[in-house]
Amino acid sequence: MNWLTEYVRPKIRTLLGRREVPDNLWQQCDACEQMIFHRDLERNLRVCTHCGHHMRPSAAERLEWTLDAGFSRIELPKVPADPLRFRDSKRYTDRLREAREKTQHEDAILVAHGAIEGQKAVVGAMAFDFMGGSMGAAVGEGIIAAAQLAVLQEAPLILYTASGGARMQEGAISLMQMPRSIIASQMVKEARLPFITVLTDPTTGGVTASFAMLGDVQIAEPGAMIGFAGARVIEQTVRETLPEGFQRAEYLLAHGILDMVVSRLEMKATLARLLGLLRGPVQADIIKL
Amino acid sequence: MRQFLDFEKPIAELESKLDELRNMSEPEGLNIAEEVGRLSDKVERQLRAIYARLTPWQKAQVARHPERPKAGDYVAGLITDFTPLAGDRAFADDAAVIGGLGRFRGRPVMVLGTEKGADTESRVAHNFGMARPEGYRKARRLLELAGRFQLPVLSFVDTAGAFPGIEAEARGQAEAIARAIEACLDAPVPLIATIIGEGGSGGAIALAAGDRVLMLEHAIYSVISPEGCASILWREAAQAAQAAEALKLTAEDLRRLRLIDQVIAEPLGGANRAPAEAIATVGEAIAAQLEPLLALDGATLKARRREKFLAMGRE
Repeated sequence: MNWLTEYVRPKIRTLLGRREVPDNLWQQCDACEQMIFHRDLERNLRVCTHCGHHMRPSAAERLEWTLDAGFSRIELPKVPADPLRFRDSKRYTDRLREAREKTQHEDAILVAHGAIEGQKAVVGAMAFDFMGGSMGAAVGEGIIAAAQLAVLQEAPLILYTASGGARMQEGAISLMQMPRSIIASQMVKEARLPFITVLTDPTTGGVTASFAMLGDVQIAEPGAMIGFAGARVIEQTVRETLPEGFQRAEYLLAHGILDMVVSRLEMKATLARLLGLLRGPVQADIIKL
Repeated sequence: MRQFLDFEKPIAELESKLDELRNMSEPEGLNIAEEVGRLSDKVERQLRAIYARLTPWQKAQVARHPERPKAGDYVAGLITDFTPLAGDRAFADDAAVIGGLGRFRGRPVMVLGTEKGADTESRVAHNFGMARPEGYRKARRLLELAGRFQLPVLSFVDTAGAFPGIEAEARGQAEAIARAIEACLDAPVPLIATIIGEGGSGGAIALAAGDRVLMLEHAIYSVISPEGCASILWREAAQAAQAAEALKLTAEDLRRLRLIDQVIAEPLGGANRAPAEAIATVGEAIAAQLEPLLALDGATLKARRREKFLAMGRE
């Protein structure tokens, strides 16, 4: 320790602090570890400008990046709070409250309606930062509400997934969200409306094994981890090392489970093109929001 | 030789005494018959006492009891003319899922089940009841076949869950489960699912999204195994008993949460103590549940099934 570290550095920090410069002007990429200026990162939709790594955005950013300006978020149905009175090291109600404070969302999904390059659409986005994007009754209701809105508006439904799977704290109620979310996907399909799923990092467990795998078109972001069972569970069960790139978007594409892997920067244009093609020949030139 | 669970130790001791007595020859001054009767009564009292207040974790052990009747036993006991059908028409036949045509009380039906196997050899052959994508795809194929021929579907669920393996993932485990659930929801025929042992998460509901879901008294049905839940939330699998409690996975819990339709009582000491009786009781319950559904057409069945699942968890 010397005069420089003990006196000058804190002094500089205080000076900088006084000028209210946020300390997160630069962000490090989790993949290549290079520093990226925050404005460049935001402009690039949280895709690393050096290596193309797709960082995890918030659900609100997903909606913003997908829908044209002027979209509206819908309020989602309330669900009974903590039906199991679940408690591990913490109460479930406390975990919920903390997640709500942290994210400012009610639960792990946001739903909005608006337009994608002028074509009407309903979009749902799961929030991984809300209890790992886990699917309980609230997420199930959100997906059902999104499907009902799509049917009502005769609009396609696009769902972005990001989830660790079922919400254990809701026990078998969370398991029942698998058939419930599948029913939601069926409503959209029966109305002859496109149902598109966009699988983002990570999508696992009960979310993958329900509506996520029933898209008319299934898209994933590059490098996204997508699977049913967790990698650790598989390793422990089969006692083998997992192959390179296992459960990554590109691996799933190669195994016929996805239609395409699309960069986030191309996502909106891709969705718009798909919606145009799936709209059918009759109304193709009519609808303009 | 009967297998006893940890908490059945007092019963194990009494029963070994009983066996000794029964094998005794002409002891002096002892009335064997009387002593045997007295001990038998004691065993029954003990069993009643223990089984009247099983903890959720103890129920999980009963549900996994190696001598508990398996899906194949229910098929053998309840279905005549059983004609197994095999294969997913794409990759393989998965013996973890059994299925086929048969008659239930004279009426042609489609049968589906997850089979754990009864001894080491058959357990390995059935992959301990943990299905791969082929199994769920076979189930889906048979559900569709049942729809075309207006055959009610009876499923018997007993699985720790879908198999977590490299190949299973590569062949689309998640998609196979999702499609099987969808096929259950779409079936234009009555579908009665019975959770006979372990209802392990997605691998179970793939065969259980039915009009009626019945559960044996000591069966469990959960989104995750108590051990799995404990290792994630408590950071150690040893807390499984606590996790079992918290998950509300017993038949009575699920009935209270209105996620299942009926709890089927088991013989004293669990289905493993009197398999034939347990199987017969399940047959009665299925017959009673099936009867009113037979009058409904496919569209009505499907609409009501959908409403039932949509209503779950709502106030």
